Amino acid sequence: MTTKKRYERPIITKINAGVTDKFGMRPKMPIISKIEGVAITDIIAKYGSPAFVISEKTIRKTYNEAKRAFSTRYPNVQFAWSYKTNYLDAVCQIFHSEGAWAEVVSGFEYDKAIANGIPGNKILFNGPDKSKDDLIKAVENGAFIHLDHFDELYELLSIADTSKKRPKVAIRVNMDTGVYPLWDRFGFNYENGEAWNALNRIMLSEKMDLVGLHTHIGTYMMTPDPYAVAASKLAELAVRVDKKYNHKIKYIDMGGGFASKNTLKGAYLPGKDTCPSFDQYAEAITNALINSELDPNKMPTLFLETGRALIDDAGYLVGTVLANKRLSNGRRSMIVDVGVNMLFTSFWYEHEIYPVKEVSANAEDTTIYGPLCMNIDVIRDVIKFPLLQKDDNYVIKRIGAYNMTQWMQFITLRPNIVLIDINGNTHIIREKETNESLTSHERVPAYLK
Amino acid sequence: MKIRNNIAVSETGFVFDPNSGDSFTLNETGKQILNMLSEGKTGSEIKHFFIENFEVEVTTFENNFSEFLMMLQGLNLVEE
Ligand SMILES: Cc1ncc(COP(=O)(O)O)c(C=O)c1O
Repeated sequence: MTTKKRYERPIITKINAGVTDKFGMRPKMPIISKIEGVAITDIIAKYGSPAFVISEKTIRKTYNEAKRAFSTRYPNVQFAWSYKTNYLDAVCQIFHSEGAWAEVVSGFEYDKAIANGIPGNKILFNGPDKSKDDLIKAVENGAFIHLDHFDELYELLSIADTSKKRPKVAIRVNMDTGVYPLWDRFGFNYENGEAWNALNRIMLSEKMDLVGLHTHIGTYMMTPDPYAVAASKLAELAVRVDKKYNHKIKYIDMGGGFASKNTLKGAYLPGKDTCPSFDQYAEAITNALINSELDPNKMPTLFLETGRALIDDAGYLVGTVLANKRLSNGRRSMIVDVGVNMLFTSFWYEHEIYPVKEVSANAEDTTIYGPLCMNIDVIRDVIKFPLLQKDDNYVIKRIGAYNMTQWMQFITLRPNIVLIDINGNTHIIREKETNESLTSHERVPAYLK
Repeated sequence: MKIRNNIAVSETGFVFDPNSGDSFTLNETGKQILNMLSEGKTGSEIKHFFIENFEVEVTTFENNFSEFLMMLQGLNLVEE
């Protein structure tokens, strides 16, 4: 029996003068067949398609890169894992085992951190939505409460009246760092004096311990310079508090916002070539602090709440091609089994997507659609993509941040999430949903049954 | 269906249309089909050839083949 040749669907492509991918020079799209040594086809065979895959090794490696960048430049640095970015317990535990505290923005996240074994005095409690009960609990546990607005400040003052413990507080400061739009909806403004006013009220109340200053200047910051501006402004506030009240601020929290290597929609160059390194962010922040008027013998601890830049690279989505078809304008479209319901970040990013099996150098401009019966369900508007057939597998890279928290249960159920541990063993860390997972929360009134 | 007779197909799968001045590239299977069409092979001969020689299911090939022919028509490279 003769062996048959590998088949690829026939295509013909018009050559446009002036484009770089002239015939014969077209770079072949790389393939990704394994994640941390585990074959993607094996993962799909065992855990179904699609599936989220998280690499523990990459999380630990990235965390240690970030930590090294800062701790080689500044005496005392502490990361707090930003829960909202990915609050799967297994993921949080990996960060905690590396020494990260927890940064939370709701009662739900707060309770999750406590359940993960994080004591209150290693929790930074951010956000505009802390209920009275949340605040009472946080005071009892000795958590660091980052005040967002005056109403919260007054509420906490009244809690402090009856509480046996003194609240430990920081204020969130928003400011002009030269980056627009300005994130002025959270915290107290620096330029108009509101932040200074809040600090005075806290100090004069004598009911709380002012321990920190916090800011989060934005997300996916494509240059480190605004961090230098922000760090200088926080240092300046700390120095003023010290001068006026002889009170040392214990920490300066620079929030999150470092860009991950994903490419933003509409960006001309890929993110991995343009986004600053941890070293560049660290250089900007630590120089600003070191060159400030802060007392060099009592430098505040530098807190970082880095989210996406620590987890994006560790996450993958693996899946299967459902169909190919040609649109009325002649463009190829490919329908895959991952939609925007589980890849929320495809609204922001041109996600990298790769075949998992050897392909030829031929590729066509392709629109990649998710499986949802909705116009918004587009994974890539246009990508030069090899000629995958129905049932072929693919992998989407750098999806670890925000997708496993901002996903929507919409039209399909959420799939398995698989962790590859540092020894290359796989573990389900979130089981795929069943109809029962959803209907168990529903109630049908008796008369409708 | 026939390739229009002044269309040039090179060894490497390069197609030149002197009427429009456009050029095109073909992948291996596309080149195979175009060559067979210019040899005057019929659709069913081409289909049988592919089923015999390539790892492909009949329905997949039929779909891909008819779509490919539509593309050739759209590009004005074939005539009835
Ligand atoms: C207060 C705070 N800290 C940290 C983060 C994490 O940000 P990123 O994922 O951009 O690093 C956020 C995200 O919005 C935030 O609001």
